[in-house]
Amino acid sequence: MPLSPDEAGRFADLLSGHAEPMVARWTELVAANLRGRLSSAELGRQTADLQRAFQQAFAAGATDLGDEAAAELRAQLTELSNHRARQGFTATETAVSVYALKDAALEALGDAANLKDYVAFSGFVDRAALFTFDSYVRVRESLIADQAEQLLELSTPVVKLWEGVVAVPLVGTLDSARAQVVMERLLQTLVDTGSPYAIIDITGVPAVDTQVAQHILKTVVAARLMGADCIISGIRPQIAQTIVALGIEFGDIATKASLADALRHVLHKTGQRSPGAKRTER
Amino acid sequence: MERVPVLKIGDILLVSIQIDMEDQVALQLQEDLAERIVATGVHGVIIDISALDIVDSFVGRTLATIAAVSRVLDAETVVVGMRPAVAITLVELGLSLPGIRTALNVELGIALLGKRDVGDEPADDEDEDDPAAVTTS
Amino acid sequence: MNEESQRLPVVTDQDVVRVRQLVRTVAVAVKLSLVDQTKLVTAASELARNTLVYGGGGEVEVTRVHNERRGGIRIVFADQGPGIVDLQLALTDGYTTGGGLGLGLSGARRLVDEFEIDTEVGKGTTITVVKWCR
Repeated sequence: MPLSPDEAGRFADLLSGHAEPMVARWTELVAANLRGRLSSAELGRQTADLQRAFQQAFAAGATDLGDEAAAELRAQLTELSNHRARQGFTATETAVSVYALKDAALEALGDAANLKDYVAFSGFVDRAALFTFDSYVRVRESLIADQAEQLLELSTPVVKLWEGVVAVPLVGTLDSARAQVVMERLLQTLVDTGSPYAIIDITGVPAVDTQVAQHILKTVVAARLMGADCIISGIRPQIAQTIVALGIEFGDIATKASLADALRHVLHKTGQRSPGAKRTER
Repeated sequence: MERVPVLKIGDILLVSIQIDMEDQVALQLQEDLAERIVATGVHGVIIDISALDIVDSFVGRTLATIAAVSRVLDAETVVVGMRPAVAITLVELGLSLPGIRTALNVELGIALLGKRDVGDEPADDEDEDDPAAVTTS
Repeated sequence: MNEESQRLPVVTDQDVVRVRQLVRTVAVAVKLSLVDQTKLVTAASELARNTLVYGGGGEVEVTRVHNERRGGIRIVFADQGPGIVDLQLALTDGYTTGGGLGLGLSGARRLVDEFEIDTEVGKGTTITVVKWCR
């Protein structure tokens, strides 16, 4: 329920009238909750800023958090949750930073408070805390998405192994998204380097399930459509067992025990000498 | 209606598809190629699709037909330059272009044809030894 | 929820090309990845050709859509043709009545995130597909 403009005005006066004791009490309450993970100076500054933002929003006649007059307050709250989320505080710890204003206000007002006013004010603070909570979740989500993306970048190198041969050493668990990135990058590298052979080495993959096998198979078929051949290497004994147990058909795709075997296989096919031997021609 | 140009280079007909073909243009290309193979007596056809941002089942079927028809006319077809995104999409679509030889680019395609001319293997041979021809050169 | 819709008639071969180009433009605008653009344009090409060949022509509507988390594209293919008698069969790989490869419907379904088909014999067919950004 929105405040009446009248109430907003009274809160503005109240907040400016009791500014100092209120900020002090508020900071104290928040500090107890964060258990010393923020310096009291920094916390004091944040709280004072927030207090001012609340006061200004009310003074400008904000009756609801969504109002134009509360824009600055919303920005402050977003900033706060942004800050907290990045510093690894929990959602509760973040929301409490706002909720504590209610206790601080009640104590500062003492007996002077009128119940109806206080309930309205309390409702407004609740909405502010929920708003903070929401933006906290948004920040965390984008953090997670960023990290997932960085992980993808990190973990999918495609290396040129030999003239006309590229390799992707896969390390770690392959999920759908990663498998897709690997697939695209491998195929693009084939085009960029004009390499007709690719070796997919799965030595570092702890487990192969049907989905992962499907992705590898699709990559191999796509590479064939483009005019390149894929060899899968590094299949460990237990993975070979799983593949058979799951009934996955690798069909006519070449599989080799190690990356070295795979490279030897390719060089043999292309009629090149293996890495150990001297190259006599060009 | 636009027409896809067909160039003769030595013993090869080179087709580079540069436009988003409507179905009629694809069918016209199929006819033009058959006529040019007979008229020129070449033994190889290279179709460069590196400019195509999609290959749907109609274009896929046209390519397969071109390959089959040229084979009857004693010419080998190589489709070159398929983009990765196109290949991934074709796999998902379920189109495997059976009987079509492929290479990464025109150069590798020419090398593939050069190797083919000597042997007389059936063209739908699944085991691809072909890319081999290129790396040695 | 949705923004501007764009409509195109599908009556000739060239219209199928125009549908592809429109879908490509919108796919770029909503920032689909290159592979997803390619998948969507390919699906649109298959379905627009179906509308033309089996539905005897019709209309395509391309709309940018949003949900809370991401953007996407919705494409509706509508015709007043003969409809599909056996939907189950029509969605089977390799089944065709038109001399194609029989991958149009079933293949297109694999290329998009949402696929809905509404058909009535003698009345026509409406196919709605949606592709979301990752």
